[in-house]
Amino acid sequence: MRLGLVIDLDTCVGCHACAVACKEWNTSGTTAPLTDYDPYGAKPSGVWFNRIRHFEIGDYPYNKTVNFPMSCMHCENAECVTVCPTGASYKRAEDGIVLVDQNKCMGCNYCSWACPYGARELDRVSGTMKKCTLCIDRIYDMEIPEEERQPACVLTCPAHARMYGDLDDPESPVSRAVRDRGGYQLMPELNYNPTNHYLPPRVLAPIPTEELKKKAVRKVKEWVNRVVER
Amino acid sequence: MHPALAVIFLTLFSGGGFGIMALTAIINDFQIDGGLNPLQTMIAVILSLVFVSIGMLSSTAHLANPKNAWRAFTRWRTSWLAREGVFAVLYYPFAFAYLIWVFFTAGTQDTVGLILANLAGLIGLITIFCQGMIYAVLRTIRQWNTALVPANFYVMGLAIGATILAAERMIMGAPAPTLVGIALGLLVAAAVMKGIYYFWISRPNGPTIRTATGFNRFTVRILEQGHTFGTFLTEEFGHTLPSAKARNIKFMMYIFAFIIPVAALVIGILTAQMAFPWIAVISVVFGIGVERWLFFVEAQHVINLYHGRQQC
Repeated sequence: MRLGLVIDLDTCVGCHACAVACKEWNTSGTTAPLTDYDPYGAKPSGVWFNRIRHFEIGDYPYNKTVNFPMSCMHCENAECVTVCPTGASYKRAEDGIVLVDQNKCMGCNYCSWACPYGARELDRVSGTMKKCTLCIDRIYDMEIPEEERQPACVLTCPAHARMYGDLDDPESPVSRAVRDRGGYQLMPELNYNPTNHYLPPRVLAPIPTEELKKKAVRKVKEWVNRVVER
Repeated sequence: MHPALAVIFLTLFSGGGFGIMALTAIINDFQIDGGLNPLQTMIAVILSLVFVSIGMLSSTAHLANPKNAWRAFTRWRTSWLAREGVFAVLYYPFAFAYLIWVFFTAGTQDTVGLILANLAGLIGLITIFCQGMIYAVLRTIRQWNTALVPANFYVMGLAIGATILAAERMIMGAPAPTLVGIALGLLVAAAVMKGIYYFWISRPNGPTIRTATGFNRFTVRILEQGHTFGTFLTEEFGHTLPSAKARNIKFMMYIFAFIIPVAALVIGILTAQMAFPWIAVISVVFGIGVERWLFFVEAQHVINLYHGRQQC
């Protein structure tokens, strides 16, 4: 089993709701708290497991805004785990989730250097490295209804841009989405083989604007515009 | 990268300390310039231990949660950082044993003494290799992901060690022509190695913002980083150095790390003035400290691509 996320860049609206839901759940979760520094001051900062960046793709007029949520990719070649000198970082054999044992971490930052995706952030207060747990305390919680056994970010996403599932199962919805939509990994040249995949924006036929049939109302409007301009 | 003083001191001082020990062993092996007498040997080993200890202690200052530092010796099978820790600790008993042996028997060059000295020197050299590999294995940082990094650490550590040993001999009034020659050779080699390194990293060829986002056929620009102030990621990885400033600092670094020590050692051996060996030592440690600062501040982690950098 290889649990991970598939993120649809076509439908992500960049609202940061996933990051907020993540913070809200995990600040009382297994690696809690997610400390904030100066939260109401001039320099607010703090620990987040999920960050959303916004990019402009292409040049005007053929450009597009793409919102880019990024959390731990739960890589197959998780070098954050192999470089860890204390054994605090580990990758679970049964589902591929990468976690940090808060009781073993000595806060040397080395794993964050090894992570290309910025998934790991040091908590200055506890002195330990913290990262996305794929809401391991939700997805295996047998006390909550089955449909809620998903990461907080996935449940909260208003655009359904986030999907959670087993990427090892070729017939799982996430695997099918990756197959059908040409899902890809970030920075594949580094060979970390991240589990999380990103679905590119759909290529849609452009809506013609030049040769629209002019209706009578529109003709009148254009005539009025010309007259008023004079 | 954030140039943390703790890590700069770790690589600078422990590299120099292991360099002193390795060269002490070699000098006594081959009786270069007659070898070091017991007093000189003890001073050299004590200097080595002090340097290594400064490095190790300052490295713990880098830890946010040092109470778990003892666990850092456990994952030596995969982690170069753990291997470095294991070998650095293993260095102490051998160096101390040699120090005690020399103190009680004055046997700097007898069989037991040489075995202890060479083992300590060898463990020191292995530790320098592990230290270099800590950085060289990171595929996320192009400027570090090269075999030149451990090679540079070696030649710099040995250059510091050779300069200190040559200076020690000169200050103590013993003949040191070959030691000065070794120091000059290592300083020149270090300068050349650093030049090769700077040539190697000069042209960006790492991942780009396009492969980072997957939009390989389009120009990609950052619109918003998604946070109002800095994050751990911008604090740790966001440092850059304008190229003009970097050039000036490298020029200064070359003067302090290589040119002044070479000149001071040559003038020192010609004039037998006590001040010049001191100048050589202070200058080489400061200069290679600046080199280590540049090593960190010039390293560009690929996370910067997600903060708007076009290529690493």
